Amino acid sequence: MSDDATTEIVPGWETIIGLEVHAELATATKLFSDAPNRFGGEPNTYVDPVSLGLPGSLPVLNEQAVELAIRVGLSLHCRVQRSVFARKNYFYPDMPKDFQISQYDLPINEEGWMELADGRRVGIERAHLEEDTGKSTHVGGGGRIHEAGHSLVDYNRAGVPLIEIVGAPDLRSAEDARAYVSELRSILVAIGASDGKMEEGSMRVDCNVSVRPVGDAVLGTRCEIKNINSLRSLGRAIVYESRRQVDLITSGERVEQQTRHWNEDEGRTHKLRSKEEAYDYRYFPEPDLVPVDPSEEWIESVRAALPVLPRERRHRLAEAAGVDTATASLTVERGMDDLAVDAIGAGADPARVLVHVENNLADGAGALTATSFAALVAMEVGGDLTATQAKTVLATLVTDGGDPAAVATDLGFEAMDDGALESVVDDLIAAHPEDWVAFTSGDDKERKKKSGFFVGMVMKATNGQADGRAVNEILARRAEA
Amino acid sequence: MSTPEGTTARVLASDIRSGARSARTVLEEHLEAIDAREGEINAFNLVLADEARAAADAVDARVAAGEDPGPLAGVPVALKDNMCTRGVPTTCSSRILEGWRPPYDATVVERLVAAGAVVVGKTNLDEFAMGSSTENSAFGVTRNPLDPTKVPGGSSGGSAAAVAAGFTPLALGSDTGGSIRQPAALCGVVGVKPTYGAVSRYGLVAFASSLDQIGPFSRTVADSALMLEVIGGHDRRDSTSIPEPAPDLSSVLDHGVEGLRIGVIEELSGDGLEGIADDVRARLHEAAAALEAAGATVATTSVPSTVYGLSAYYVVAPAEASSNLARYDGVRFGLRVDAPNAGDMNTATRTAGFGDEVKRRIMLGTYALSAGYYDAYYGKSQKVRTLILEDFARAYGEFDLLLSPTAPTTAFPIGEKTADPMTMYLNDVCTIPSNLAGHPSMSVPFGVGEDGMPVGVQVLAPASGEPTMFRAAKVLEAAAPDGHPAVGGTMVGSSAGVRHE
Repeated sequence: MSDDATTEIVPGWETIIGLEVHAELATATKLFSDAPNRFGGEPNTYVDPVSLGLPGSLPVLNEQAVELAIRVGLSLHCRVQRSVFARKNYFYPDMPKDFQISQYDLPINEEGWMELADGRRVGIERAHLEEDTGKSTHVGGGGRIHEAGHSLVDYNRAGVPLIEIVGAPDLRSAEDARAYVSELRSILVAIGASDGKMEEGSMRVDCNVSVRPVGDAVLGTRCEIKNINSLRSLGRAIVYESRRQVDLITSGERVEQQTRHWNEDEGRTHKLRSKEEAYDYRYFPEPDLVPVDPSEEWIESVRAALPVLPRERRHRLAEAAGVDTATASLTVERGMDDLAVDAIGAGADPARVLVHVENNLADGAGALTATSFAALVAMEVGGDLTATQAKTVLATLVTDGGDPAAVATDLGFEAMDDGALESVVDDLIAAHPEDWVAFTSGDDKERKKKSGFFVGMVMKATNGQADGRAVNEILARRAEA
Repeated sequence: MSTPEGTTARVLASDIRSGARSARTVLEEHLEAIDAREGEINAFNLVLADEARAAADAVDARVAAGEDPGPLAGVPVALKDNMCTRGVPTTCSSRILEGWRPPYDATVVERLVAAGAVVVGKTNLDEFAMGSSTENSAFGVTRNPLDPTKVPGGSSGGSAAAVAAGFTPLALGSDTGGSIRQPAALCGVVGVKPTYGAVSRYGLVAFASSLDQIGPFSRTVADSALMLEVIGGHDRRDSTSIPEPAPDLSSVLDHGVEGLRIGVIEELSGDGLEGIADDVRARLHEAAAALEAAGATVATTSVPSTVYGLSAYYVVAPAEASSNLARYDGVRFGLRVDAPNAGDMNTATRTAGFGDEVKRRIMLGTYALSAGYYDAYYGKSQKVRTLILEDFARAYGEFDLLLSPTAPTTAFPIGEKTADPMTMYLNDVCTIPSNLAGHPSMSVPFGVGEDGMPVGVQVLAPASGEPTMFRAAKVLEAAAPDGHPAVGGTMVGSSAGVRHE
């Protein structure tokens, strides 16, 4: 996706990254039963015969999970299609049936793309439905299954619906990977598919990494990194793994295809299993379920109900503000793009609007309306308020709302007319002749220093009501005269 | 036909509903029959005498209160021990499930109880329903009530024997490749495998999910119809359940076969198929003649791919079983053999808990699904299934029903085939095609073989063709040669005493 040399983690080497993101879908019940889909809870209380895999129990597909999966597919520009569930067979104590119901050769969503904040597109290979496993706690032996004294299993999570989103190997840097996950998370949250909480494990990232010399067309051997629990870990793991692989190659060894475990405390990955040790999952179609074949009408009704997605919102704001989408992205992330677009529509200066959102509205817009926001920016640009005063007025508008002119008056921010300001400046020049000489004849450094001196004096004399830019303009005019 | 009227489920239910007999009395008669012969037959893994008495008393109380307990009011029923019963051990005749008590009832159990039936026990089976003789049980062999030196067939041998011995007028079995029809044939009773999806599998411990189907055993065709009407119909807990109510069979039972076109499957009954005994073949042709005499048009027809059914079945069924039986890992329920770590515990538990035949099929199925072999085995078997469906579709374009033997021979001696799994597997050659196609078929007793043991004739129908299938079965039942051992002999009379009003 990017061939910008600055993305190289190891100079001369290109890192190829593809992410697999698992997100828990925000349904009321589990994927195949009526047991509640809730985080936490006393162990083994959100369970029933189906989610415990008891003999004789049968799965029945949750329609709401299918709808959320369709929302995800449409938001990622995928083809939503007839799909078939398959069994992925392997033994693990926290997997009740010792197989996972997933989708294999016919996933519900295939072949889409997602646009990052800077406008680059990343391919989405598929986004399929599957069930989550339970959670094991290994007691003793440092928490690892092989050394543990005993293990406890909580099946509250078993059967929770997951969407697994498999991205194309289009990413080239840790920054790319983080931007990808952030964007995906924004989309999932925006469409109500998932709460996207990485810290609660409702969104989990597996990362495939390979390296090759810059310019090579052939992909290197990849490793899959598991146990990445935050965006920070994701970046660190990618950098570590890239260096590890380059070190292997440059020292004459080969990268072996492996599944590796990220250890956040040690800041390194270590081998879980090699390709030879990989499970043979013995996939076959799940005979207890029928194919899922959503009708065109259903798909279209889901599409019609989708909210405006971050990408469209960035483009709308970028167009309104005359900036690029990367510049617009922070405002969209903060959910203030409607406010900004409306304020700009009401005549506000776009640059000032985006600056205020970025610097002064980090904690939310509160009671601020687009109209008052626009009026405030107009006062500021027109010189009726200084930048400092505008910031103070804005804070009041966020807490209490109201009309910016009235707020400014209440705060005593009377705008000075130009004549009054000029006479204050002239008086100060007359009172400080040595400083004035230093200003007019000094080098850039001296001039800057003295300009600060005069502005400070003016502010003091006017109780901060003067506009610093206007003072500097007057000083410049006097110096040329 | 010679089933004593007073012993059928229909008459029992009718008498109990009208107050002519009490459910408790009827139950005690059946419990006496069980007491008398169960030690010899071993049809049951568990007899629930106390629970059954409480249920029978509850039925009587409802009748006394002027309520209608339902179409099976007070009828004793037996359940194959692979159907979940709340709080009652459900073992699948396997050590690995010994002691496990399900926290829920199978849908069929709920429906039977709601219809007033009284569950008297859980019947023996080949472990996890894998077998054709009920010899693969962790809890001992079930004997054929008509000749205790012989097998009752399997895997639902306990249910077939219970009905044949007069322990209960009705029993439920499950049929994955013939496990209801073959033991029905060998024990001389009626056994029905309904259309796939006609009866909910919720609560049936899975063997091969795409083939398993629950169905009735009874001494008369009409009783199987009654039981199927009660247990059939849509269940939202089974995704493969047909979203329709159970078909009305009772009202069409006596419509006869006048004008029906019936094809005798050449591949399963002609001289070409090795292993079909002459006496079995002779009864089949007599049955065909009886249908013709009743007004049907009968002809021989070819369903060529049925001969590949057995091979395809022994890939598909073990493949699904290998996955379905993975959950018996010692973690959550049933047997656990402790070991230093989870993986070793899984292995130790499964090694100790499963019998040889189950292990054999898990290995077969695991192999068939392995990377690199999937296409050659599982993939190819699914293609055979498609071929069989297409062949059946062609045949049903010409015929309303098809006919074949149920089993190649009459009941064989206990121990005769246990050493050679392949010979045992051949028992299901005639019954497997219906499972692979998902079609209904049933076995109706029709005379005896040279050894005096019963022969079953199989009536096959297209999907949801039960009403027509039962009409033909009723005609065969009426035309069956007299002196049928299961229904005319001493077993029912001496055991239950329920014939005598």
